[in-house]
Amino acid sequence: MKFLDSAQLLQLASGMVTTLQLFAVAWVLAFTIALTLTVVRTANVRATTFIVDAYVEYHRNVPLLVQVLFWYFGMPELLPDGVRAWLYQHNAEMSLAAIALGLGSAAYIAEDIRSGLRAIPTMQFEAARALGCSYLQCMRLVIVPQALRIAIPPLVGRALLLFKNTSVAMAIGVVELTYQTREIENETYRTFATFGAATIMYLIGSFLLMYVGSRIQAHYSLARKEGRRA
Amino acid sequence: MLDIIREYWPLLLVGQYPHGPLGGLAMTLIVAGLGLLLSLPLALMIAIARVSPYRWVARCAAALVHVVRGMPLLMLIFWAYFVVPKVTGHAVSGFTTLVCALVIYESAYLSEVIRSGIEAIPRGQIEASRSLGVGYWRTMFKVVLPQALFNVLPSMTSQFVSTVKETSLGYVISVNELTFAANQVNNLVLTKPLQVFGVLAIIYFIVCFTLSRGVSLLDARVRRTRAMR
Repeated sequence: MKFLDSAQLLQLASGMVTTLQLFAVAWVLAFTIALTLTVVRTANVRATTFIVDAYVEYHRNVPLLVQVLFWYFGMPELLPDGVRAWLYQHNAEMSLAAIALGLGSAAYIAEDIRSGLRAIPTMQFEAARALGCSYLQCMRLVIVPQALRIAIPPLVGRALLLFKNTSVAMAIGVVELTYQTREIENETYRTFATFGAATIMYLIGSFLLMYVGSRIQAHYSLARKEGRRA
Repeated sequence: MLDIIREYWPLLLVGQYPHGPLGGLAMTLIVAGLGLLLSLPLALMIAIARVSPYRWVARCAAALVHVVRGMPLLMLIFWAYFVVPKVTGHAVSGFTTLVCALVIYESAYLSEVIRSGIEAIPRGQIEASRSLGVGYWRTMFKVVLPQALFNVLPSMTSQFVSTVKETSLGYVISVNELTFAANQVNNLVLTKPLQVFGVLAIIYFIVCFTLSRGVSLLDARVRRTRAMR
């Protein structure tokens, strides 16, 4: 077994960069949509609640790969010709994969935030209102900080899953880490070295995310706040 | 959309079954069921190892779980796809590859579920059992695991739902399952990808949504039983 030379390692690194870009764009998209979904849901109008529920259930019960394939093969058909041509000239795989990944994760993130919000007793809200806080003040100063604290561990887990799920984008030809790995394996037949190197890259990424997550959690944990006050 | 279902439903449901290999939704469910069933004993072993009083056993099991959870399932599938034939010297079918990769992946996740169940059992019960002179393994199998496994039954079933979804990745290594079948249909119809993949999404949704609802019913039932105790 020969190890990879520097050109191939560089190829893997460029794949990793694409993976990270895909992850970052999809995560920002997912978090924005999830926040919107949560806000819409708190309005508690029956029609909008149904739409949010349907959105969440659809994305939780259809495999990610199918969502990605649907966006890549199906959705461009609905676009006007000009827009479609523009899209295909500008890395359509990447943007459509990011949209599919982002929309899919948004459903899970929305559920995580919602269960964080649900864990705060409504009495706190009422008490804050009785003390003269406006609705927004009450949300900003009392409810959301506590809810986020509860939601951080599942949100970190979700980010990790999203990072790993970017590999699905290879199915529509996004040249990310898994795609590059297969390319190199095809050219060199150095199976162990190629897959070993790629796996180590994924593991480094995952463990870094886990580490950052645990730091964030420690930063916002109640124990630390109490310690500071004492 | 309806004409696609009317024309191609056997392909989506069972593949070319009576005249050829089984495929489609039936294959998806078989792979998922087999994957979960085979990963159960492995997960049980890893979970017991993780709560082992020998620290090095617990550490090894934890390292294994972290590594598997840190890499994408797709990567694991490719490992199995390319490495298993090289090691064994035999060509391995896509079906076996997918099941192997799923078993390893699921057993890591499932072991975490089972471990959380084991750790939720009050220490007092274990101490009581041990001080009555019952051995470590008998305590594990007669006292801890029956309660722990029952309590995590809903989580284990919801793991089945995610396994069903994960089998779709078999498409990448051409395992003849539902997503692969839909892609075949797409290549036959050629002009209606939106409808074909829409049908595919709907089929997955119906199957997984029904299973998820089943999980919530099971969850309610487990909670009731625990409250009665």
